[in-house]
Amino acid sequence: MNKSIAIQFNRVSKSYPIYSHLGAGLKGFIFNLPKALKGLARERFTALENISFDINRGETVAFMGRNGAGKSTTLGLIAQVLKSTSGTVAVHGRVSPLLELGGGFHSDLTGRENILLNGVLLGLSRKTIKEKEDSIIGFSELGNFIDQPIRMYSSGMLSRLGFSVVAHLDPEILLVDEVLAVGDIAFQEKCKNKITEFKKSGVTIVLVSHSIDDVRKLCDRVIWIENHKIQMDGPTTEVLPVYEKYFV
Amino acid sequence: MNIERIKDLVIVLTQKELKARYKNMKLGYLWSLGNPLAYGLIYWLVFKYVMKVKIEGFPLFLVSALFPWQWFVNSISVSANTFVSNASLIKKVNFPRNILSLVSTGQDLIHFIAALPITFIFMLIYHKNFSPMLFIGVPLLAIIQLGYTYGLGLMISTINIFFRDAERLIGIFITFLFYLTPIVYSTDMIPENFRHLIPLNPVAPLILNWRSLFLEGTLNWNYVGITLGYAALFIITGHAIYRRLSWKFAEFL
Ligand SMILES: Nc1ncnc2c1ncn2[C@@H]1O[C@H](COP(=O)(O)OP(=O)(O)O)[C@@H](O)[C@H]1O
Ligand SMILES: [Mg+2]
Repeated sequence: MNKSIAIQFNRVSKSYPIYSHLGAGLKGFIFNLPKALKGLARERFTALENISFDINRGETVAFMGRNGAGKSTTLGLIAQVLKSTSGTVAVHGRVSPLLELGGGFHSDLTGRENILLNGVLLGLSRKTIKEKEDSIIGFSELGNFIDQPIRMYSSGMLSRLGFSVVAHLDPEILLVDEVLAVGDIAFQEKCKNKITEFKKSGVTIVLVSHSIDDVRKLCDRVIWIENHKIQMDGPTTEVLPVYEKYFV
Repeated sequence: MNIERIKDLVIVLTQKELKARYKNMKLGYLWSLGNPLAYGLIYWLVFKYVMKVKIEGFPLFLVSALFPWQWFVNSISVSANTFVSNASLIKKVNFPRNILSLVSTGQDLIHFIAALPITFIFMLIYHKNFSPMLFIGVPLLAIIQLGYTYGLGLMISTINIFFRDAERLIGIFITFLFYLTPIVYSTDMIPENFRHLIPLNPVAPLILNWRSLFLEGTLNWNYVGITLGYAALFIITGHAIYRRLSWKFAEFL
């Protein structure tokens, strides 16, 4: 095993079962048992097919491709919330996922309470969060809203809160799934600066983005997924022109 | 996964659950008292004055069983949604998901303990002794019930991810169980040739022990053993199911 590798996918496939019969619940399952059991084994939807790549430590990689191509599935596999159907996924290092906006927040809690909750879920200790709280709140620029329930927040404010927590983690591998596009321009800039900072300090960054500009600015490498397979994998400067020509 | 991390997770998740469940903590506390007391009042009226049940100190008799029953019912019925209502968390971060089950029943334990003074007040009213056995019995039964409801809750919440109607079945099941458990009646009222079946009801030995603890200051150690057996069974089965299926949670939710 090469020590400089952070993430390694070896012939990874991921398929989701199509549990149509489960929609009928336990009752339906029991009353249609033979059919239901057969269905469990057979119907599957392939989201990723035979994907292989190595991501080195400190690399900044963008996953690009259409909606439904399998980008979030890839990040879920890296974050180890999903398990591959075949092939092996190896991840070396502490993963900090920023997978879903407001995921892990609770709408009845205040911003401040959510910082604690989210921070602990993402791997910080309560003590560390208490120490960093002022700095997190400062970063978010949410002002007095920080003590309001986040039910009252706009999606932009939620992304501020979410990113502010992540900005104070000490990640080895950072996953960012389409969350940079939310929030106002000033805050987007701040997030990108933070990511650049992480990058300089050697964090491995994997991000999903549809913004060609962002990818050009932030990433060394692009993995383009089309039809659940890798269409192209290479330096940003090589992949982006082909990608642009393909879609524009 | 070290102990410190698990402790932190349990604390923040419990705080979250408590705050989410009761936006106002003081009102929330009153609700957790009000529910069993309201049931107690109804059962007292119906069973004493309509059905003419002759049990001495009937209100204390009811309260001593209704609070532990309430904990049991809450843990079981809320557990159906433990994972479903935390879907966004589960899809996002990798942490031991069974902590959510522990947290869920843990907060019912907190309510149960906070409501204990009510039972004590009824004990005072009916001139019951505060036997030293309470100091052993309350923590012992509470810990057993915590493990018991945790295991059962883990089982139910896992199954409910895959079969969302499990929740309804549980509602029906709880109604059956309530009338099959000596809560509003005493064991002597059960026909003698059926009494040996009591341990077959998984929750009866537990509830009866709470009652004898508060009313007589004694524990039935056979029943303690049986409840421990059930708790072990639920924890082991719950974990087996959870382990087999937990990696599928994120794709199902
Ligand atoms: N939990 C799931 N169950 C079934 N199918 C899913 C699930 N999650 C994603 N999919 C399917 O897998 C494919 C890839 O999804 P995803 O990785 O989210 O795409 P992307 O992030 O690239 O838009 C999509 O067609 C989607 O419908
Ligand atoms: Mg996606």
